[in-house]
Amino acid sequence: MRHRFSLLLLTSLTACRGGDGAASTADAGTRYGIGRPADAQLVARLDTDIDPSGTALPAGHGTAAEGAVLYAAQCAMCHGAEGLGMPPAFPRLLGRGPKAEDFNFASDHKLPKTIGNYWPYATTLFDYIRRAMPLTAPGSLTDDQVYALTAYLLAADGVIPKETTLDAAALAAVKMPYTDRFIWSAEAGGQDRD
Amino acid sequence: MPTDARATEGSPALSRRALLTGTAGALGGAVLAGLPGVLDGQETAPARPIVPDDATKLQGAATSPLGERSPFVTASRAPYGETVGSSYTPLQDLTGVVTPSDLHFERHHAGIPALDPERHTLTIHGLVERPLTFSVDDLKRFPQTVRTYFIECSGNGRAAYREPKPEMTAQKVSGMLSTSEWTGVPLATLFREVGAKPEAKWFLAEGGDACLMTRSVPMAKAWDDAMVVWAQNGEPLRPAQGYPIRLLLPGWEGNINVKWLRRLELGAAPWMTRWETAKYTDPRPDHTADMFTFAQQAKSIITSPSQPGRIASQGWHAVHGLAWTGRGRITKVEVSVDGGRRWHEAELLGEVRPKAPVRFQHMWEWRGEAATLLSRATDETGEVQPTRTALIERRGIGTDYHFNQIVGWQVARDGAVTFHGET
Repeated sequence: MRHRFSLLLLTSLTACRGGDGAASTADAGTRYGIGRPADAQLVARLDTDIDPSGTALPAGHGTAAEGAVLYAAQCAMCHGAEGLGMPPAFPRLLGRGPKAEDFNFASDHKLPKTIGNYWPYATTLFDYIRRAMPLTAPGSLTDDQVYALTAYLLAADGVIPKETTLDAAALAAVKMPYTDRFIWSAEAGGQDRD
Repeated sequence: MPTDARATEGSPALSRRALLTGTAGALGGAVLAGLPGVLDGQETAPARPIVPDDATKLQGAATSPLGERSPFVTASRAPYGETVGSSYTPLQDLTGVVTPSDLHFERHHAGIPALDPERHTLTIHGLVERPLTFSVDDLKRFPQTVRTYFIECSGNGRAAYREPKPEMTAQKVSGMLSTSEWTGVPLATLFREVGAKPEAKWFLAEGGDACLMTRSVPMAKAWDDAMVVWAQNGEPLRPAQGYPIRLLLPGWEGNINVKWLRRLELGAAPWMTRWETAKYTDPRPDHTADMFTFAQQAKSIITSPSQPGRIASQGWHAVHGLAWTGRGRITKVEVSVDGGRRWHEAELLGEVRPKAPVRFQHMWEWRGEAATLLSRATDETGEVQPTRTALIERRGIGTDYHFNQIVGWQVARDGAVTFHGET
């Protein structure tokens, strides 16, 4: 304890003399023993995120045909029967009009960005639908239903054949049309283009 | 009844006296301010608050548990957004640097959740030695940091960029910028506590709202200046700002400062959430889009004079406003009163802090001529605010975020002030 106290004092003095980052506080760089071990069940319940590798995708499966039924029942009232949305409150989801192909968005902000012509990763669709949709009951869909809706939306925008059954392996293998158009910034280890 | 309010306006001294000597007299000016509306339910025009002719001749209002603004102060957030779930800070009504907490801009993607601070927790897991869960009280036991930083939505200025209009106010042009003194714990402290593994290169921040907002953040930001904060301007965070805790990534676009923070997961690569792919990416004219464009760039706006104001008299006026950058400190602000032909270095008021706005001023003697007032900020990276024309050239008119073009105000010969966005 005595050791820690002197360290704290030293770093406090350092912090007083300058340094702008939040890290320049009285922190001794040691552990404080605060907090409790995270409960494994709690972590499992919270940790629903799916990255592009798809390794965290759950068991289950769904087809575009099943998804179409679900979409009509739970999504169309906001996003429209054809996925055109009601912007700005309810975003457009679908559509592959020729003007909005080839990533022409910088020239015209009215070109709709849709799943097929913009979204770089199919796993994002599964992650987002499962965590945030439908608006009136977020998190209420089963994994099978999320697979089905993902399949429906990807098929509707021509990314996958309409007869595809999506499961973890099939979804992880989906390639979106414009993934390679996204350039990481310098802050993310990429390039500064300004 | 319909004539009561007009009668009040027509003979103010009599009416005020009658009101003040009646039963309402002890209630004070703030309460009286609401009376015209009460007297006449049809009245919709904003009535001037009624105060005594001589406030030294009667006792003032009593103390109260919560303070209120003067009835003459009408600053309020405006829901100017192009999307639902946003409201803008009235920059033209504010001075100094700090934004009053109840006027901090809002941008929510699933509304404002109601969270019990005794039940809310923060769990840190993933590539760590010890996954831990912290209560809000636990977090307050760590060494604290107090810092003043702005938060700015990366869509701030979009309307003025795409289609500038004379009637735009500072609130509409730049009102998704707010500044607070934040209190919290450095994220580095928490990451040391859980034992972040060296192979962790990114972390995912997740909010406890109905969309479970998630954003991926490079670990370097955690070791630099990131915080988990619980207080804003000396009091607990407002619900709209993330109560009971939010992530604060100084200088970075608003959305990534995840509110209602409930979980941090450390990993090797970004998660590619909806909000860093379908949204918050920046299309470029070469048929690509930048992603992970985190830092807000050098920017400024004159807030006085500004639309809908009017310069009432010729002579000297303090032209003042805010300048800010997410890439360190502002080093220089210049003001032009002739549309950018000549620039004058403005005075910077008070301490220039990193990732916090600074208020600038330039004394201007107006002689009744038509004028175009502009401001131009430079930051310590050497970046100078571009004109709108230059920014469109670089990013395209259709780009979606990070608008830092030079903006200003037209002053007509009669003193009327309108927005000037076509720089």
